[in-house]
Amino acid sequence: MAVVKVTRPKLNTGEKMYLGAIFKGFIITMKHAVASLRNKTRGAEAMESSGMGITMQYPEQKWDEHLPEYYRGAPALVTDEQDRERCVSCQLCEFICPPKAIKITPSEISSDDPWAKVEKRPLEFEIDMIRCIYCGMCEEVCPEQAIYLRKDYAITGVTRAEMVHDKKKLYEIGGKRVGLVNKWNELK
Amino acid sequence: MDLVITLLIILAKVIGLTFLVVLPLVPISVYFERRFSAIIQDRVGPNRVGIPLTLFGAKKDFSFFGLVQPMADGLKLFLKEDFTPSHVRKAFYWLAPALVVVPALVTVCVVPFGSDIIVNGTAHKLVIADLDVGPLFVFAISSLSVYGITLAGWSSNSKFPFIGGVRSTAQMISYEIALGLSVVPVLLYFGDLNLSNIVEQQAANGWLLLPLWGNSVPWNNGGDYTAWLFWIPAVIAFVIFTTSVFAETNRMPFDLPECETELVGGYHTEYSSMKFAMFFMGEYAAMVIGSSLVVTLFLGGWSLGFGLDAKISALSIGGFGIGGLIHMAVFMTKVVAFILFFILVRWTVPRFRYDQLMRLGWVIFFEAALINVFLAALVIAAPQFGAISTIGGLALLAVVTGALVWVLKVSEKKSVPVSI
Repeated sequence: MAVVKVTRPKLNTGEKMYLGAIFKGFIITMKHAVASLRNKTRGAEAMESSGMGITMQYPEQKWDEHLPEYYRGAPALVTDEQDRERCVSCQLCEFICPPKAIKITPSEISSDDPWAKVEKRPLEFEIDMIRCIYCGMCEEVCPEQAIYLRKDYAITGVTRAEMVHDKKKLYEIGGKRVGLVNKWNELK
Repeated sequence: MDLVITLLIILAKVIGLTFLVVLPLVPISVYFERRFSAIIQDRVGPNRVGIPLTLFGAKKDFSFFGLVQPMADGLKLFLKEDFTPSHVRKAFYWLAPALVVVPALVTVCVVPFGSDIIVNGTAHKLVIADLDVGPLFVFAISSLSVYGITLAGWSSNSKFPFIGGVRSTAQMISYEIALGLSVVPVLLYFGDLNLSNIVEQQAANGWLLLPLWGNSVPWNNGGDYTAWLFWIPAVIAFVIFTTSVFAETNRMPFDLPECETELVGGYHTEYSSMKFAMFFMGEYAAMVIGSSLVVTLFLGGWSLGFGLDAKISALSIGGFGIGGLIHMAVFMTKVVAFILFFILVRWTVPRFRYDQLMRLGWVIFFEAALINVFLAALVIAAPQFGAISTIGGLALLAVVTGALVWVLKVSEKKSVPVSI
């Protein structure tokens, strides 16, 4: 391997004076300042800026429609086309959950129910959103395609109790999801 | 009775000019600093904090571009825990913040804020103490603030503050010389050390950096080009003086005493709450005073220029001369503009390395200021000297300058890098 000797570039007198460079710097910073005020900052449009710089001002403007498909927001339970609860309370998500945010109380499905052969459904399904780290492992581990990470990210509450999503809330966030594998349906 | 009235007038001046003019400038410059740096960096900056009118039943909150932000910051600093570490030397630790703020505020007293205000036929100068040694007084007092910084660094009894304090001392000593020497040409030119008189001269005869009216233009004073020729040493003095003021106030290109990247917070690492706020306030007050000094000496102080000042001074409403107030507004505008320049410099110029800082102070500015003194003297004396002596003097000065530059170049032999 040949040795490449890199020499420091020699500065000419103007560069040694340093003042020219400072003025160049002033021009650059002032250009940015003026562009920010005129909403002409580079990339302002793509970033949906608020009209100053490239900043989007949060509560008024939101990035929601630009969230990617794979965005991991709040975990939620889903129902399918037949309005069946997908969750069979196998508790795999509860056991895999790294911060132990999920708590499931399983219950049996009574024999007169049309879905009696599914045997179990959650009586209570609680996710503590203070603990949740949005890792998506629950979604990954679920054998029933019942739990999904949705795009909700602004989960707020004034008490700890409010931050625990119960079953009702989880289904409310999750809603109905179509196009899932319906393995419990009768074979035609 | 007269004594009481005189004392009352002095008290009014002290309270009015210090607490109603200079101190409010501190939070305002903090606000400008944050907003200006934000737009330079393509951000928005603090624009939310306002008066929460919705709490009182109004329809919308009042947030005037976030102008209340500094007040919120101040309130936060008031309410924070004032923590004194157990390892500090308490007496000096508590004394240091005051020693930073007080000199900065004391120097306010010689700054002329405006021309005279006329009440009942008597003129009152808009300056707290009309000293005949203005600039000297400012240098004497403002260099005391380094004691606060050094004491803070030492009494904190911890490594980073100590390094910060020592750096500050060295920096202050280095730049004090350039500061003092660079202002000598200005004082030579005006022949006066009273800042009010300096400003009045500038108002009548053109600013030092803008000699375009009054006696300084050749067709008004019988073909004397002194004022225009003096522009060259004035600009050199201006550059050196401004840069030294940056160094004196520990502002960005020279903020080595408190550089966050190396020294955590420098001399105020161990401080919290209002004690920290005092350092903060002292720094910004020094910035306000520094820029008002630059404006006073070089940019015409309170004068609006172009021969308008006499007309403004003559303005009055019912025997009450308001010219002084208009001049004060002009002065404030100039000071704020210069503070904005301070901020622009902070967010443009990267920090110097410590040896570069020392080199700039001792090797470049010191010599340049010294040569500038002689250049200014030559320009001022040229009409008496006549052409031949002046050119001879200039040649001598050029030779001396060349010799100095040569000595500096030779003395700075760089070691040849070892080739591998």
